Parts: sequence; structure tokens; C-alpha cells
Amino acid sequence: MQDDTVIPVPRTEAVQAGVGGWEPKIVAFFCNWCTYTAADLAGVSRLRYAPNVRVIRVMCSGRVDPQFVLDAFAKGAVGVLIGGCHPGDCHYIEGNYKALRRVTFLHRLLESLGIEKERLRLEWISASEGDRVRTAVNEITETVRQLGPLDIRSRNAALDREVEARVHAHGEEAILHA
Amino acid sequence: MPEKPKIGFYWCGSCGGCEESVVDLALDLLVVVDAVDIVFFPVGMDFKREDVEALPDGAMAACFINGCIRTSEQEEMSALLRQKSQNLIAYGACATSGGIPGLANQFTKEQILRFVYETSPSTHNEAGVRPQVASQDAGHALTIPALRDRVRALDQVVDVDYYLPGCPPTPELLKNAVLALLNGQLPEKGSVLAPDVALCDQCRRKDTKPTELKYTEFIRPHLVKADPNTCFLAQGIVCMGPSTRSGCGALCIEGNMPCSGCFGATSRVRDQGAKMLSTLAASVTADNRDDAERILAGIPDPVGTFYRYSLPHSLLRGSTANLPKSTRNGGSRP
Ligand code: SF4
Ligand code: SF4
Ligand code: FES
Repeated sequence: MQDDTVIPVPRTEAVQAGVGGWEPKIVAFFCNWCTYTAADLAGVSRLRYAPNVRVIRVMCSGRVDPQFVLDAFAKGAVGVLIGGCHPGDCHYIEGNYKALRRVTFLHRLLESLGIEKERLRLEWISASEGDRVRTAVNEITETVRQLGPLDIRSRNAALDREVEARVHAHGEEAILHA
Repeated sequence: MPEKPKIGFYWCGSCGGCEESVVDLALDLLVVVDAVDIVFFPVGMDFKREDVEALPDGAMAACFINGCIRTSEQEEMSALLRQKSQNLIAYGACATSGGIPGLANQFTKEQILRFVYETSPSTHNEAGVRPQVASQDAGHALTIPALRDRVRALDQVVDVDYYLPGCPPTPELLKNAVLALLNGQLPEKGSVLAPDVALCDQCRRKDTKPTELKYTEFIRPHLVKADPNTCFLAQGIVCMGPSTRSGCGALCIEGNMPCSGCFGATSRVRDQGAKMLSTLAASVTADNRDDAERILAGIPDPVGTFYRYSLPHSLLRGSTANLPKSTRNGGSRP
């Protein structure tokens, strides 16, 4: 993927470039005080980066509950990127350290649950580092593109068909949760 | 005399502990038996499936089902009992959220069958015989229920009205549920019939729980003699109290063992395991990845520790490596 060229519109050809039309969906949780501002800066500076991230602004990387990360994967994300202030710079003093410890532990949990740990990435990006937003987004996009789809929801649904057949045979409507 | 409300108890993939907790009502059992008409309770009384089939739909005021759902028979029975009951109550951790058997969702059915029937150290089965859904023996056609690919909680198979958590639930909670049923005081459908606060709130040791915990190491409970009066977390021993619903009376804590989470989470938490991981990791005294990893290595099995009773109901429902292959073309994977 090319770097600095100013391209103000989303690269639809990039969307079509994925094999079988597949493009990775990545959820990014960016701290309001640093990475989110940096992403804004990247936009204003017209830095081009992969269109695969859906950015969610949080007040601090320490606000990213591990439930958000698992929920993102369960609902169709193939990668999660968390951006926080550099060590020592968190507005809430310790939030980014909490994020670091949680991500460290989440990496191990994810691997036990069959999800490659490279799909979850934590980056320190200050408000002035627009180019680092671009690098981080491009890198995780490439990583998860190589790792391929996860499709957790539809694969779980495929498994659940073993139940539906049986319960419907009984004339009972099944309400499948989860 | 007006007809007494009919109730039933049934077990699916269970260890029998939940049935035991019904018997543990002790003298209260007489109060319950007096007030209701038990029409189905295979472990304790001689009823057959035909007896249930003969009941009109909705004949039972309530049916308590315990155990996880993993076989075709358990699915059929759950559907049948659903049809015959006004209130279907998931009884115990397995029916509520998958329970201990739910940890099997870390493995495929094939891995489990191979281990149990072929490779486990105590197995001698040279012919590699495995159970078959249909087989012939001396001219008789035999069938057994089919084993499913995944363990499920009751509400992942049929609609559930109420949940009574615990491994097993306490007799007190069962009694309260039956009384609420009799007095028409059941809460809103979908409720968990236990207090909606964390276990720490009920724990005798809560005053010794520091407002700010700082973990420099984690100690596994079998390696130390825990101080019987100090909060487990303050001793570096993982206690699921903060992310577990109260209602048990802090039974394990009273036995000087940390809580392992059998009551599931409160209503504010979707994924009990992730919440506990979050709480613990946040308070580790490390400002870099290496130190964090070293300290957190003291919790060697996060899935077994944090999801001991709730894996099938967790956000990911078990190891995603065991799901059927994605039908999608895999990106640019070579
Ligand atoms: S963490 Fe465990 S020991 Fe400490 S107060 Fe909570 S329930 Fe009690
Ligand atoms: S202390 Fe925890 S594990 Fe023990 S009975 Fe209570 S909720 Fe269950
Ligand atoms: S305020 Fe930016 S990480 Fe905490």
C-alpha cells in the first residue's frame, strides 16, 4: 500500500482487492486525549491509511474493558487496536498502565480461546503523532489480512443448527440466546 | 381443597449435586411437598417420560431443570418440559451458564471421544470401540442419544423464565423461589433469583479488602495456608468474589477457600471471566509487559479460573479453534 499520496476518498478499489471480496474489519479504541486527536491530525494532514478501522473514542485507554475486546471479536471484528497516551502521559495517571496489563493478560486468554494474539494490539500514540496512527492501522490491517477471517458469529450459528433441527422437530420454537 | 400447583424437577448433563440440594431442604422439604404437587422428579420418584407427555401443556406451574445440555435427549426433554410448564427455571450453574461441563467447549467432540475411549491412561479398548447412536446387539436394534458438538446452557436450547444459580444453589434460594411462586411474587421474566450484588458485599472478610489492591504475585490456594480472616485478594489468592453474584452466603470463604465464581455475574456484567481478568490485571504492580507477564503467570489457566462455570455463556462460548471452518474465502492467506 502506498504511503503519503493525498487521496481524499475511500479507496474502493482496495475494498474490492480482498480475495472473495473479504476485507478485514478492525475496531479501534482511541483515547480522546492522544490517539484520537492524532487520528484527527492524520485526517487533516490527509495521511492515507487503510480504511478498515472503525474508531471508537474512549476517554482513556484504561476505559477499554476486556469485555469490549471479546465482544468486538464475537460480533465480527478480526482485529482490535487500542491507542493510548505514552507511559507517564495518561490524563488519569495510571489508565494506560492498566490497559497494558489487561492487554498482556488478554493475549494469553485469547490464545487459549483460539484467537491469535496478534489480532489485539496496543500502541502509545501522542496527539502529534498522526503518522504513527497511519503506521499502526496499516500494520494491524496487514497482520489480520494475513491471519484471515474469524467469522465467529456465523460459525457459532452453523454449530447451533444441530439444536434447532431437534427442537423444531418437537414443534417448539427455540429462542437461541448468545 | 383447591388443587395444589404442580412442579417438576429434571436433570440433564449434571453431577447430581443439584438434586442433592433439593433434598438438603431438610425439614423445609416437608413444607414444600405440602404446598405443591411434585409430578416429575426422576431421581427421587418413579415418574416416566410418558407421564409428562400425558400432562396438558402448561400443566406445571414450574419446572426446575439442572445440568448442561449436550445430548439430543436433553434437548428433547427440555423442549417437552418447556411445553408443559408455565415457568421454566434453570436450576444451578450448568443450566444457567453451562457450568463445569461447559469447559468441554475448549475441545472438539472428536478430541473428547478419542481421549475417553482410546488414549486415557485407564482405558483398554484395543478395538477402538466408540458409542454409536444406533447399533445391533443379539438381534436387537439399540439406540442412544446423540452427543452434540458443544455444551450449552438451557437458554441456548429453549426459552427460560428464571435462573437459580449456584453449584449447587442453596436450599434457602430454592425455598424462596418456591415461596415466590406460590405467592405469585416472582419478579420480571428473565430474572436471576439471587441478590444482584457482588459476593464481596456478603463476605465477612470485606473489611480487610484494601480499597487499592496491588499484586506483586499470585499464590495458588493449595500452596499456602490462607489466613482465615483476611480477604483472599489481599493475600494474593485469586478470589472471584468481586465479579460473582452473592446469594450463597459466602460458603467457600467460610471454609477458607476462595470463591470460584459459581453464582455467575451480576446483571451489570455480560462476561464474568473478562470482568475478573480486568479487575485483577488492572491492579498488578507492573509498568511494562515483561513484569506484567511474570506476575500474571501466577494464574496459569485463565479460562479454567475465570470461566469455570460460564464458558458456554461467555461472549466467545469456548475455543473458537473448534468451530466449523469459515465458509468465507480467507483474505489473502496463502
Ligand atoms: S475478594 Fe473474596 S475474600 Fe475478599 S471480600 Fe471479596 S469475596 Fe471476600
Ligand atoms: S463462594 Fe463462590 S464458589 Fe463458593 S458457593 Fe459462593 S459463589 Fe459459589
Ligand atoms: S488519558 Fe490517554 S491513555 Fe489515559
